[in-house]
Amino acid sequence: MMAPLLKYGAFGAETSLVVAFVLGLGFGFALERAGFGSARKLVSQFYLDDLAVFKVMFTAIVTAMLGVTYLSWMGLLDLSRVYLVPTFLAPQIVGGLLLGIGFVIGGYCPGTALAATATGRFDGLVYGLGLYAGTVAFAEAFPLVKPLYEATPMGQTTIPRYFHLPYGLVVFAVVLMALGGFAGAGWVEKKMAARKDAASRQRTAEA
Amino acid sequence: MTDTRESSGPAPYANPYLAGIGLGLVLLAAYVLVGRGLGASGAVSAGAAWALDLVAPGHAKHLEWLSWRFADGQNPLKEWLVFEGLGVFLGALVSGLLARRAALVVEKGPRVSTRARFAMAFLGGAVMAIGAAFALGCTSGQALTGGALLNLGSWAFMLMVFAGAYAVAAFMRWQWR
Repeated sequence: MMAPLLKYGAFGAETSLVVAFVLGLGFGFALERAGFGSARKLVSQFYLDDLAVFKVMFTAIVTAMLGVTYLSWMGLLDLSRVYLVPTFLAPQIVGGLLLGIGFVIGGYCPGTALAATATGRFDGLVYGLGLYAGTVAFAEAFPLVKPLYEATPMGQTTIPRYFHLPYGLVVFAVVLMALGGFAGAGWVEKKMAARKDAASRQRTAEA
Repeated sequence: MTDTRESSGPAPYANPYLAGIGLGLVLLAAYVLVGRGLGASGAVSAGAAWALDLVAPGHAKHLEWLSWRFADGQNPLKEWLVFEGLGVFLGALVSGLLARRAALVVEKGPRVSTRARFAMAFLGGAVMAIGAAFALGCTSGQALTGGALLNLGSWAFMLMVFAGAYAVAAFMRWQWR
């Protein structure tokens, strides 16, 4: 049997909704385990004292990327049937910036806000209402923003395809980058902890 | 759930690398089973289309960006990401209860009022939704899903998320520290 199973007819569209729910269970469980139901934990990434967001995200990316790579090399997964969101570089750059800004202002992203609301965080719920407001605002203003929304279409493409690099080489580079990043993250956290320590000791000395 | 006895305080969070491997395996399972990744903002758009249609019947069907969600008389809530989102809610709740972390609280820094925190949460959510609409996805649908597939736009997007967040972090310090 070839994967993706849905695309190769192992089950139908209705069953895929059940699969969606089960995958969501795992997604939500992993997010909450990591501490991503807490805005304070999430934004610590941007004040550099706890880089769990980076660590979890890149561990997940590397895990899934290696899985996809090996499965497709073994001929078990048809990567051409895994959906790629098309690249529109300009709106994705603008959208990414807005997302990052919204993350620090609001404390969550859409998925983590759901995990936060589920575990009783009122600010996660209010953030969710903001998401709905922003979505409706975007839909209403769509004619105005359409030129940017549709700018720089580049189709479904990947880094190896676009830069004419071997797929395996890019995978290898991402793994090395992630490992370097994890080492760097540990170093930054240690530095920040030492600084906080020194500051609190100074405060005690002054008192 | 609001138990404050020390013996039954909230459990520590999972090791980030272990949680990341778990998350990555769920993502991999999504590729293998259904040929797509995870997501969250798409469920919000579906929910918004449905809610808007409830408040102002017929209006959402005429909004270009949402109209496709009503194609062939379909209910916008019958959407893959909505079912995934229900799972996320329940999965997070189960994890939170097991770890005694589920509690009715407001996440904020020590210097900010609850009202101000709510205002910022609402604003941040609205900004994030507009960003996700432009980017065709959020941290889940773009950064995670596209990141692991080496999607060009996803990587550009991901770098900009971190850039945007670090650029404004200093201005938001009062809310968190």
